[in-house]
This record gives sequence, structure tokens and C-alpha cells, in this order.
Amino acid sequence: MNAHTNVEAAPLLAVSSLSKRFGDVNAVRNVSFEIERGKTFGLVGESGSGKSTVARLVLRLLEPTTGAVHFDGQDIGLLNASKLRSERQHMQMIFQDPYGSLNPRMTVEEIIAEPMLVHNLGTVKDRKATAERLIGEVGLPKSSLSRYPHEFSGGQRQRIAVARALSTRPTFIVADEPVSALDVSVQAQVLNLMCDLRDQYQTTMLFISHDLRVVQFMCDVIAVMYLGQIVEQGPRQRIYEVPSHPYTRALLSSAPGTDRDKRTVLEGEIPSAHNVPKGCAFCTRCPIAENICRERAPQTTQVEDGHSVACHFA
Amino acid sequence: MTSSISSNILVVEDLSLSLKSGKTVLPIITNVSFSVSKGESVALVGESGCGKSITASAILGLPPENAVVTGSIWLNGIEISKLDKQGRRKLCGQKIGFIFQEPMTALHPTLTIGRQLTDTLRLHLGLSKRAAMDRAAELLDRVGIPRPREILKGYVHELSGGMRQRVMIALAISCGPELVIADEPTTALDVTIQAQVLDLLDEMRAELGLAMVFITHDLEVVGDHCDRAVVMYAGDVIEYGSSQDVVSSPSHPYTVGLIDATPANNEDRDRLVPIPGTVPPVGHWPSGCRFAPRCSLSDDHCRSRPEFMKANVTDIRCWHPDGRVSQ
Repeated sequence: MNAHTNVEAAPLLAVSSLSKRFGDVNAVRNVSFEIERGKTFGLVGESGSGKSTVARLVLRLLEPTTGAVHFDGQDIGLLNASKLRSERQHMQMIFQDPYGSLNPRMTVEEIIAEPMLVHNLGTVKDRKATAERLIGEVGLPKSSLSRYPHEFSGGQRQRIAVARALSTRPTFIVADEPVSALDVSVQAQVLNLMCDLRDQYQTTMLFISHDLRVVQFMCDVIAVMYLGQIVEQGPRQRIYEVPSHPYTRALLSSAPGTDRDKRTVLEGEIPSAHNVPKGCAFCTRCPIAENICRERAPQTTQVEDGHSVACHFA
Repeated sequence: MTSSISSNILVVEDLSLSLKSGKTVLPIITNVSFSVSKGESVALVGESGCGKSITASAILGLPPENAVVTGSIWLNGIEISKLDKQGRRKLCGQKIGFIFQEPMTALHPTLTIGRQLTDTLRLHLGLSKRAAMDRAAELLDRVGIPRPREILKGYVHELSGGMRQRVMIALAISCGPELVIADEPTTALDVTIQAQVLDLLDEMRAELGLAMVFITHDLEVVGDHCDRAVVMYAGDVIEYGSSQDVVSSPSHPYTVGLIDATPANNEDRDRLVPIPGTVPPVGHWPSGCRFAPRCSLSDDHCRSRPEFMKANVTDIRCWHPDGRVSQ
């Protein structure tokens, strides 16, 4: 994969064998994936599975213990501080908490213009014009620009966060549970908005959620995480129609609204990341585990083009 | 109505609650009525700020200090809304179990789990210390907590979210309640743990013949685990019926909108169908039909407050029970 000879065809983001340890906790273990340009890649998993740590590693907000992240052909781990900062204008983030992620002392205009200011983009006038255009694109009136975050509802705040993320015209956006704090009727508005703007700006996206319904709606390719590892990865349809890892199957069937007789309710709880089970990390809760699963960790194997599973019985 | 009061465990009749602040009075919930019979689970469904939780606090007799509450609440034939504070506390403490969304804040952080369970048992059932401890261990065992004797000596922070919620359930059923109110009991849990806890609640309800009020924002949980559903919007009950009917053939435009906005019901669509606008700020409800400003069916009728009408298979507070704009 040589990004410089064929930039258009190469994936925008390539994560290879990424691991992160915090003290004696292995938060992320040997995670690899690629995101093609213009695609939305979904990371699903329960709390503590390592999704958000992956997001932080991808943006180099955290340094990985081992492994590398290539963004647009460059190894971002090798960039110095000023290069990294200038690269960051191409990567923006939308956070879960619309209350904590907007500075309460800044007006909406200042919030939206701040990334441009940080990256020294445009004149004062340009930045004002961009803020005015973006606030309209996210469906809020122009008068919002002079107001403060506390005057807005959760859904409106998330719209402001989307406008801020778009202000530097990034090629890549990481959205970490962007609609989890919102009510269903408002969640649908924000998801539609994110879809429209993603298509309009041709943004590549890493979309993190615990909600399988939301991921199914938003993402082209989906990876399922369990205890710091990706256990299954594939195109959306494959994951939902032929889930091949027992954890993916259990996750899909635990979702409310599934027919009672089709459900697999897992026993037990997610083990602590301090104490990851030997062999396959899922073996303590797996309905089909056998001796081999307690002894050896499974290799990740391709079951079909682009669809891989880490299970002895896939 | 009298016969329904005696045959139901809980009857809420025409319950309204407003909050006074200075000279202004904000209506929070208005004319809420529903009932729950033995062994039945009734869902109160709606988005944040619709008045679900404050309805529960009014039932328990624990509304905010500045609240004005009208209407009546009957628990197993006794009109508890007429009791004095002391009498109500005594009755509700024993006969109503409560399960909160966030067990970490609802349980005491520095008292052992055993102490919290036995305090309740000794106060309401008059058990001796030893008998209370034995009963507490039985309860923990019953809700699926392994090594109950050890756990009784421990603290809440040592448990996972799912285990904490099991402790809450044990506490809620400890004094043999007739009614359990569960306020978003699984919202803070991961989906695989949520499934376990919901199944446990179903089991407990069947085994103990509990009447249950199940407060949730998730219509799909309602369809799976509740017998009847009461949908709330902006402090009003806007639709009620069997939970299957409400989830699969709703008639109120808000319920219809809520179901259409859920991603799972949009599998083959490129776009979701959101409800336009936002929920009005709590207490500042529009006059007439409170949903009218966001409703595609609204017309001149909707300027006055609708009464309940029979729709397809449910009852709705809407001027357009046939789903059409009348001309």
C-alpha cells in the first residue's frame, strides 16, 4: 500500500496493530482496520470495550503503546507537534455530551469559528461568513450566533457541535456517541443532518456507538469490539444478516424489540480489563465455548471478502 | 370507578401537579389517569421532560416542596393521597418498592449492602438482626447475585452496574410490596446486561404477583416487557392501550412519529423521519393540544384541549382519531 503513488484509491485512515495499556489494563489490544475515503466506519461495543480509546488513539490525543495510525498516507505517530497540529485541521471530533463539550463562556459564533482561528484559516470576515453559512446548514437561525450554549437544547447544541466540526472543512470526522444523550425524536433530526452534511462535504467518518440501531443506519462498514479487541468486522449488511461471531449474534439479539424465542441472553458480565480471560476473551460468556477457546486465542480469519471474524468456530 | 378502585392495586385519577415559583405557577402534569392491576406491568413512556418521573414522585407522595398536587391516588383500595405524611410514608415504604435508574446514587455509598437491606427489613417487618440478615441473603440469592453472604458485607462501589441494579431490585421487593415502580431501570446498562435485568424483573413480577409501573423512553422495551402502555407528551397522557397495540398500531401523531423516528424501523430507508421541532420547555406547554405545534395534522380544532377519543385500537387525546385532517 503506497499512499503516495495512488492517493485516491488508498484508504484515508489505516490503523495497524494498535494497542494501548494504561498501567496494568490493556484497554486496546491489537486493533487493525482501514477506512476508505467517503465511507463511514462504525465501532460498536458495550462500555469498557475500548471504543473511545481507539478514537483518541486515531486522533493522537493519546499515544499508542504499540502500533501505528496512517492518516492520508502519513504515519501520524511520527509527526512533530507543529505538523500534527496542522494535520489536525483535517480531522475533527464530535463528542457525546452536548453540555460538556461547548465552552459556556463563548458565543455560538466564537465556538464555530474557533477551529479556524486555531489553524489560522481565513480572515476575521471569512470566519464570520463561514459561521453564518454553517449555522444555516445545521438548521439553526442566524440569530443563534450571538447567543450562548446554555440557551440551547441538547439537540440544538449537538447541531452547533456539528457546525464547529465542519468549520475547517475536515476530510475526517470522529463522532463518539454523538446522539446517545438525545431523545429519539431529536436523535433522528441530528442523524439526518449528519448524513446530509457527510454527503455534501464527502467526509470520511469514524462513528462510535453502543446503539446497534444507530450504527446500522449510519455506517457502511462495522467493527464489533469486546474487551479491547475487534471480534468481527465487515460490511453493514453482512454484520446484520450473517453475524458470525457469537458475541455479535448475542448483541444483535439482546436488542429490545427482538422476538423472544430468537433471543440469546448472555450469562454473566463483561470481565474486568484488569483480568482478561485466557484464550478467547469472550470464552467466559460464550454459549458455544469449548476447551480450545479457554486455551488459545483465536486468529482473525476472513469468512468472506472484507468480512473477518476472530472465533475458533466461525 | 369504585369497582376499578377495588380490583386494581394502583389507581391514579385525574392527577395534576404544578410547581409554584414566586407568583408563577407552572403546570407540569395535567389530568393523568391510569390503573395497574395485580401482576400487571404498565409502562409510562415518553421523552425527557414529559412528566413520567414526576408522576412517580407524586404517587410516592414525594413531590418537590413547591408542588401543588390535585387528584387522587388509590393503593389497594386505600386513598393514599388523603393520608397524612406519616401514615403515607409508613404505608408506601412497605407496600411500594422503587427501582431507580442510577443505583450508584440511589444506594448508600458508605453503608454495607447488608446494612441497607436489613435496615429496611427491620423497620418495616420488625425482624431481628439475625433474621433480617438471613432474609437479605435469600433476597440477593433470589435476584441472581452469587455468594450473597459475602456481597452483604461489601459496598455498592465494588459491584458492576448490572449487579447494583440487582441489589436495587432485591431492596425493592424486600418488604413484600404490592406495587413496584421502576424508573428507567435499565437505561444505564449495556444491552446484554439490560436483557438479563429485564428478564429478572419479568420473573419477579410473575412470581410475586407484583403490580408494576415501568417508566421508560424506549418503546421497544415496552413492547417486550409490558402489558399496557401509557404514552406521555408535555405533561399529558396522549395515548393508552395494550402495549402491543400502542407499539404496532399507534394512532396519536406523536406516538406514530416516535416510532418512525427510531432507526430500527427505518432499516431500508436513507433518511429517518424525525418529528419536527423540539419538546417545549417543561411547564411552558402550548395551550390547546400540546403537540399541535409539531403535528402535521393540526388545524383550528387543536387550539382547544382535546378529550380522549377511541381511535383504531387505542385511546388518544387528539382531535383527529381517524388520522385525517377534518375539513
